[in-house]
Amino acid sequence: MKFLRRFFIRFSNLATRQSADQRLQDEIAEHLAFQTEENMRLGMSPAEARRQAALKLGAAQAIRDHHHAEQSIPFIENLLFDLRYAVRMLLRSPGFSLIAIATMALGIGATTAIYSVIDATLLHPLPYPNPAQLVRIEDNLSGVGAQDVGISVPEWRDLESSGIFQSVSISGHGADVNLTGSAQPERLSYKNVSSNYLAVLGVDTQLGRIFDPHDATPGFNLEAVISDGLWRREFGGDPHILGKALLLDNDLYHVVGVLPSGFRDLGSTSEERNTEVWLAAGMAGLPFPPPMRGTRLQSRVVARLQPGLSIAAAQQRLDALVASLKKQYPAEYPAQAAWTMRLSPLSESVVGGVRQSLVLLFGAVGLVLLISCVNVANLLLARASGRGREIAVRQALGAQRTRLIRQLLTEILLLFLLGGVAGFAILFGAQRFLLRLVPESLPHLNNIAVGWGVLVFAIAVSVAAGIIFGLAPAWLMSSVDLMGTLRQEGRGSKGSPGRSRARQILVMSELALSLVLMVAAGLLLRSFWDLFKVSPGFNPDRVMAIQTWLPGPNDPAADIYRTATQESVLLREILRRSRTLPGVEEAAIGDVAALPLGHSRPSQLPLIREGVETIDNQAPRIYSPIVSPEYFHLLGMPLLQGRLFNDQDLEDTPQVVVINQAAARIYWPNQDPLGKRVRLHLDARQMLSSAKPAWTTIIGVIADARTESLADAAIPQLYRSVYQRSAKDLAIFLRGQLDPSTISVQVRQQVQSIDPQLPVFHAETLDDVLSTSLSVRRFSMEMVALFAATALLLAGLGIYGTISYVVNEQRREIAIRLALGAQRANILKMVLRQGLRLVAAGAGVGLVAALIVSHLMAGLLYGVSPTDLPVFAGVTFVLTTVALAASYIPALRAMRLDPITTLHSE
Amino acid sequence: MKEKPDVLQGTLALMVLKTLDVLGTQHGWGIARRIEQISGDLLAVNQGTLYPLLLKLEHEGSIASEWGASENNRRARFYRLTGAGRKQLQAETRDWEQTAAIIARFFKVKAEDLP
Repeated sequence: MKFLRRFFIRFSNLATRQSADQRLQDEIAEHLAFQTEENMRLGMSPAEARRQAALKLGAAQAIRDHHHAEQSIPFIENLLFDLRYAVRMLLRSPGFSLIAIATMALGIGATTAIYSVIDATLLHPLPYPNPAQLVRIEDNLSGVGAQDVGISVPEWRDLESSGIFQSVSISGHGADVNLTGSAQPERLSYKNVSSNYLAVLGVDTQLGRIFDPHDATPGFNLEAVISDGLWRREFGGDPHILGKALLLDNDLYHVVGVLPSGFRDLGSTSEERNTEVWLAAGMAGLPFPPPMRGTRLQSRVVARLQPGLSIAAAQQRLDALVASLKKQYPAEYPAQAAWTMRLSPLSESVVGGVRQSLVLLFGAVGLVLLISCVNVANLLLARASGRGREIAVRQALGAQRTRLIRQLLTEILLLFLLGGVAGFAILFGAQRFLLRLVPESLPHLNNIAVGWGVLVFAIAVSVAAGIIFGLAPAWLMSSVDLMGTLRQEGRGSKGSPGRSRARQILVMSELALSLVLMVAAGLLLRSFWDLFKVSPGFNPDRVMAIQTWLPGPNDPAADIYRTATQESVLLREILRRSRTLPGVEEAAIGDVAALPLGHSRPSQLPLIREGVETIDNQAPRIYSPIVSPEYFHLLGMPLLQGRLFNDQDLEDTPQVVVINQAAARIYWPNQDPLGKRVRLHLDARQMLSSAKPAWTTIIGVIADARTESLADAAIPQLYRSVYQRSAKDLAIFLRGQLDPSTISVQVRQQVQSIDPQLPVFHAETLDDVLSTSLSVRRFSMEMVALFAATALLLAGLGIYGTISYVVNEQRREIAIRLALGAQRANILKMVLRQGLRLVAAGAGVGLVAALIVSHLMAGLLYGVSPTDLPVFAGVTFVLTTVALAASYIPALRAMRLDPITTLHSE
Repeated sequence: MKEKPDVLQGTLALMVLKTLDVLGTQHGWGIARRIEQISGDLLAVNQGTLYPLLLKLEHEGSIASEWGASENNRRARFYRLTGAGRKQLQAETRDWEQTAAIIARFFKVKAEDLP
């Protein structure tokens, strides 16, 4: 307590600069006066009395010093003194300071930029209260290789009553719905959720209420919670919105709540993230399938763990539950299916896809920061020789070495801090521009902000880097040969061997680090290039896709597009009219799953093969787009076997499908797939109307195309005909000389002249879709390449500085050699050899490190081996060339040295 | 002339507090003078340490000070004991007496007294 009190008084003295010195002087004067009077009373003469009084008091200055030390905090005072001195030193050599600050600004600015992305995505992925309690639960049937097969209603009830979770919610994947009744029909993303979903996330409304258990009556519920964005856009922020009607897919809902503006739903697809309407559903009762254990809802399960329960502990209890359920219902969970439930942190499902890229970027930017630091340390050491005299004088005057180190460190820290703040300032100013570089598919893009937290990070990094990379230079700078330096007077002093060795090590590590970065960039570049060049198996040239959405009301009877036959009238009319649009050569229709690479999470259906014993929930799952017969020709996917759909394949004729080569190879190995029959577990409504869907015959095999992922050559696909199977989420494909600015309006006019209730949206060229699908890779590649270029530049500067310095030190020696008749070419060779030695050592270390790093990032590579020889050789060559070029300039200077003037001036 | 011993380390604060306790309010010179008198001029108060000590005690809250006029109408800074200072004095007095008693017992003890 007392200590604290004293500290605060001292601190306030320091801050207010209020000095008690005057008071002390007054007191001492009074003291002397009292003593003098006393002495005079004892009979001394006035002069002697004063003298004796002063003698008795002792040295007044010492008292003042002592008093001053008691009064303030010497550490901080020294710091202020050091800071003032450091500022003076920085101002004295503005060129050096500017270069050092700019280098640090580059390193710290880049690191901070990546950090701000990581902060928003990896560190704070879930903007909900107590995010650590939120988990995802996946049902897996690992015995049949089926992942995330969805949950059945009885299993959901088991989880709710297990005691492991506070609450377990089910939500559909994001899906689309038509909002009609507004000026222009709008397509929205909505989610069917169990009534506790919003409560599990921990979100509350700004208006109205979230769902309560009453909203969980069997079947669909008519309560809707809407987003702040929709509320403002469509309802003008109407404060009386509660209870108002919302016409979604021709069904009437009413609004019970409006969520706060900051709320975003979780999810890995853009549909899920942009959800604007939440509808409560009972998940049981019509039109959902009856709640049987084997009947799994196509849903994701999000739960909140009991407080204090770790994921591992919860998983253990869950495993026990699964084991006992298996024992209880052996018929539902056959041993060969190997049913398990897996818990994972919810944050993982949001950021899982981009983590590796971001970690790579952070690593790359960390290397750039390291190189920047090394460069500045190098500059500091170079300057040390110039400041040797100053330091020697200060030492001669009695400055202790620790004091000197502290002062030098203050100077270095100031440099680093200024660099960090400058880097942050640039980032802050340029954030609007920089954010445009970030791919849109990154989760939580909108949360990326350059704010206080990022500033704190920048400052912390600057200080840490300053201390780490400032200590060694400060140590080396403070150790001067006192006598030698002072005796040399004004002559250029020779640096200490410790310092030049340190500089060489620094440059070598710089070269090594840049080599690592360049190899990483080279490998990524090659992967990207390979992906970019890969033949996708379909022809995206001059193709546009424009989406529309057919409403699917809850009551099937109210659906005017319920059957494929009903829908086909509309589709044929759309196709007919589309072909009349200017520039259109071909037109086709497919569902969103048929849109190549345009959907991040297409649903897969269980594939049941005739003659292969499977029950529904153990079947392999397959992508199954629905397309019109023209689709394959429009996208240039060649038929290999059998036939394509034709106009005689209708809803009332036998069901037929076309598969791709991969499906044939995987599911009918060494057999002729033509004529084989399959069954797809179709959507819920279908199941209710017919107990068992009829068998479907394979009529054709088309060539593999990379329509799901450019990186994956062969994903099994099973195409169905849109005239046999209705689809709600439609894409209209057009090929021809199209004008992107007008085509979507033209298509909308045509579609809405057939049915004014249909929204038409999201026109994009397939080339754009392709390029968007590569955006995260492109982003990592571009960033790493940028960092690598920066690293190369910095390493070049580093080696240039070091060789210049070496040349400068050897000026005398070179001049003597020249005077004694050495060939100038030999001098050139001598200097270049020094540079080459550094490069060789740096490149050697760098190659080893690069091998390790390239193996760590193997997961990000495509089509290129982590030990790709051309990349390693090319990078080494470039680095060597740059380094040699950087040493060539000082070497040239050394060669042109005039021995007479040099020796004269020495 | 024989050098007077300096005040034992750490006891000066106790003496200052006790002096203020006895004399009430007093200025710096008065405190120094008083300590020397009480010690029978055996101790010399190092004036150099007195003023920093007074400041320290003031920072700790044991004493308070203000300007005032002395008996012969001089302006001087007067120090007085605060409540906290009085408590500190009592505590330190107890500690000191205990220490002195222990030391005294050590001086008294003879070999045959030990069991």
